[in-house]
Amino acid sequence: MGFEGIGASVRRKEDVRFLSGKGNYTDDINRPGQLHAYIRRADRPHARIDAIDTAAAAKAPGVVRVFTGADIAAENIGGIPCGWQIHNKDGSPMAEPMHPVLAVGKVRHVGDPVAVVIADSRQAAKNAAELIEIDYTDLPAVANLTDAVAPGAPEVHDGVKGNLCYDWVIGDKAVVDGVFANAHRVVKLELTNNRLIPNAMEPRAAIGDFDTSSGDYTLYTTSQNPHVIRLLMGAFVLHIPENKLRVVAPDVGGGFGSKIYHYAEEAIVTWAAGRVRRPVKWTAERSESFMSDAHGRDHVSTAEMAIDKDGVFLGLRITTLANMGAYLSTFAPAVPTYLYATLLAGVYKTPVIYCNVKAVFTNTVPVDAYRGAGRPEATYLLERLVDAIAYDTAIDKIELRRRNFIPADAFPYQTPVALQYDSGDYQTTLKVALQNAGWESFEGRRAEAKRRGKLRGIGISTYLEACGIAPSAVVGSLGARAGLYEVANIRVHPTGSVTVFTGTHSHGQGHETTLAQLVVDQLGVPLDQVEVVHGDTAKIPFGMGTYGSRSLAVGGSAMVKAMDKIIAKGKKIAAHLLEASVQDIEFKDNTFTVAGTDRSKTLTDVSLAAYVPHNYPIEELEPGLDETAFYDPKNFTFPGGCHIAEVEIDPETGVVDMVNFTAVDDVGRVVNPMIVEGQVQGGVAQGIGQALFESAIYDPEGQLLSGSFMDYTMPRANDIPPLSVATENTMCTHNPLGSKGCGEVGAIGSPPAVINAVVDALKDYGVRHLEMPATAAKIWSIIQSAQPRLAAE
Amino acid sequence: MPQVTLTVNGQQHTVEVEGRTLLVELLREKLGLTGTHVGCDTSQCGACVVHIDGVSVKSCTQLALQADGTSITTIEGLAAADGTLHPMQEAFREHHALQCGFCTPGMVMTAVDLVQSHPDGLTEKEIREGLEGNLCRCTGYHNIVKAIAAAHPLMHAEAAE
Repeated sequence: MGFEGIGASVRRKEDVRFLSGKGNYTDDINRPGQLHAYIRRADRPHARIDAIDTAAAAKAPGVVRVFTGADIAAENIGGIPCGWQIHNKDGSPMAEPMHPVLAVGKVRHVGDPVAVVIADSRQAAKNAAELIEIDYTDLPAVANLTDAVAPGAPEVHDGVKGNLCYDWVIGDKAVVDGVFANAHRVVKLELTNNRLIPNAMEPRAAIGDFDTSSGDYTLYTTSQNPHVIRLLMGAFVLHIPENKLRVVAPDVGGGFGSKIYHYAEEAIVTWAAGRVRRPVKWTAERSESFMSDAHGRDHVSTAEMAIDKDGVFLGLRITTLANMGAYLSTFAPAVPTYLYATLLAGVYKTPVIYCNVKAVFTNTVPVDAYRGAGRPEATYLLERLVDAIAYDTAIDKIELRRRNFIPADAFPYQTPVALQYDSGDYQTTLKVALQNAGWESFEGRRAEAKRRGKLRGIGISTYLEACGIAPSAVVGSLGARAGLYEVANIRVHPTGSVTVFTGTHSHGQGHETTLAQLVVDQLGVPLDQVEVVHGDTAKIPFGMGTYGSRSLAVGGSAMVKAMDKIIAKGKKIAAHLLEASVQDIEFKDNTFTVAGTDRSKTLTDVSLAAYVPHNYPIEELEPGLDETAFYDPKNFTFPGGCHIAEVEIDPETGVVDMVNFTAVDDVGRVVNPMIVEGQVQGGVAQGIGQALFESAIYDPEGQLLSGSFMDYTMPRANDIPPLSVATENTMCTHNPLGSKGCGEVGAIGSPPAVINAVVDALKDYGVRHLEMPATAAKIWSIIQSAQPRLAAE
Repeated sequence: MPQVTLTVNGQQHTVEVEGRTLLVELLREKLGLTGTHVGCDTSQCGACVVHIDGVSVKSCTQLALQADGTSITTIEGLAAADGTLHPMQEAFREHHALQCGFCTPGMVMTAVDLVQSHPDGLTEKEIREGLEGNLCRCTGYHNIVKAIAAAHPLMHAEAAE
């Protein structure tokens, strides 16, 4: 047994299961007597439902029941709730229209669920769903942001004027306008953050189960946070108390945010199982995923920076339109506000910032957090704007960044947009990234590429993000309708092995390994004697789940606190067994020792005494060695770093070849370097995907054109270069691990680095900015329409 | 209903299927071999790749009836009977070539065929091109490519023994 604690790249405990086909994903689960649900969805973006005739479907072979929105509306069932309330700049609450489980009266996006067929096989349910006759009257629809806010635009929801969900501001407009009025220069950039479809490889699935003897419901679901689903669905939708509702999120095949939210299908199968008194299973076909999983991003912004003659940032002024889709998904309102605008200082000491965000309803799938959630939008805006400043002023883009960095000795650093950064060292991550990327020798590579007829460019992004969103009281004051702590239960068994029950959830992050390493480190228990259990509300005390790179920083910290309690109690037991004073007991390497002596008891001696309390301080201490901690962080964590992309463009075709990518990230303390590298590589691939390939496209009438993997370009192995990733870490100062989170940095830092590289490659064509994704067609058109400045000179 | 007789992971099965039943549905629903996954409905993602008579095939693109008389290996049949992982499985574990594990069975089955059909070696570019039919959303492919490159000599050394 080698070193297995914090800092060891131990191989993952979960891998043998996954590599042998023994994973247990939701669709792999089958319950006795199980029926299957198929959902008939709207095939049009906006229409009034005049009539639904289910008679033929109900009589089709194998069909048990057909339910429509009217059946749901007749029961005591609520709408799908939103977990965050934003207030308008005038103090009034956001518009929060009803989000029915099955459409009532109107459908508002392609994919909106209208009816559900329950049958004895998936095929029978699907066949019967075709027989449902729906009379629609089509209504005018609106899909994109600028159309939705135009005067006279169709209303997605009756009474929501101008499709405005909220009109929110941060910062003092008068102060910022004053800075702009007196500035040496203002640099302006208009930009779009393209709409994305998360596409975790496992399609969503859900099984509702109803125990006819106990009256208990169980929901198996592809979720990143089963306790949150239990709370939202139980309390707000189906009105089932927690003690009668168990939610299990077994192995989950990727999430990236899209599996945080409470979806209608979860409520449908749970409710239907109670009605038909048999288990009901639903598994999305990929086509359904495209039109029912929450999408991501979709911002249109205008950004302006006021600068002095040396390029020092004086003030930042931003207006953003953010697409909410047709209904408010669970965390949607928080994404373009507290996860976006509060990040607009980035790594820079910009003294004043004003941002106005208008969130807008459209006839599209709801939009919510997707890997990074607001921070990629903020980073893309800032890092494109900084490059535009460099372009306009001819100040070197590295020097411009260095000049404006928050210095390493300025922490804790209070930004003008609410956040207080605890630690960071942006000069160092920049310096190391420049070295690793060979920045200094780039012009040689550009010249060599030119000899081959290729356009080579290099781009940089120096970014910051915020993870482990907290503390609960603060997020509550900002509109969160839940706490954002985390829970850990550490159970030391009688013979010294340990089970960790964590409220976080692993859907690829490797918690079964990483969290076990914390136990190795703190309790000295070997890795193979530590089991990590997650994803079941019947086993875990509580939990808020996994998103926002919070599992280690928040969930790991809860484990540290619970293990502190284990050690504190263990010391009392050991003191009794060793006939010593508690103050003299030290714990290290799995052993309690009387300080300065060789008298000791192992953790196993102590745990056995705790469960077999024959010789035990029973008057002062309860038996057992099982402790729980709820950890509510004092602040966010602030990972940051530098990403550098190098591209080569074929001017004949416009194809962008990603040739090199370098990331140097500060993620705080690293528990398993192998897993951190994997997280960053995966995030970078998604960022490259956003920058070069991916885009969710609706036609102006609201039909989803990119509705399959044939139309939505996912990055494939040949699209991604070998990735150079490294970390250069400063410690988080306010959690016991010092960890900051690594799950999203890759997707946050990379898109502007790639676009900055593409713009750099095209610099001879007079390109100052281009929108993502930088497809071959787009670049070819630019090249065709622009005369190279060099040729003209 | 028509019958199909096929050998899966060394065991012969005769199963009644509908004419429209896909091979992947037969494997998952009739034989309970849920290691083979369904990630799309357009044959783009490769999560369902199995070997039919030793050749990698997307099992969502074949009718179960087309597999009559064939010998199929799924991810469950790749490791040795005693549970010893196949060199490709071991390489994936060693090089952290999987995260959520959902694309992994198809990715591993594709990789095994790729290595077997290139006994003289595989360049990084050939590996990346060979994965054209398989999507992974977690890893960025970096470690998958590393794992396949590492498994190549091990698999061919084993085959030579």
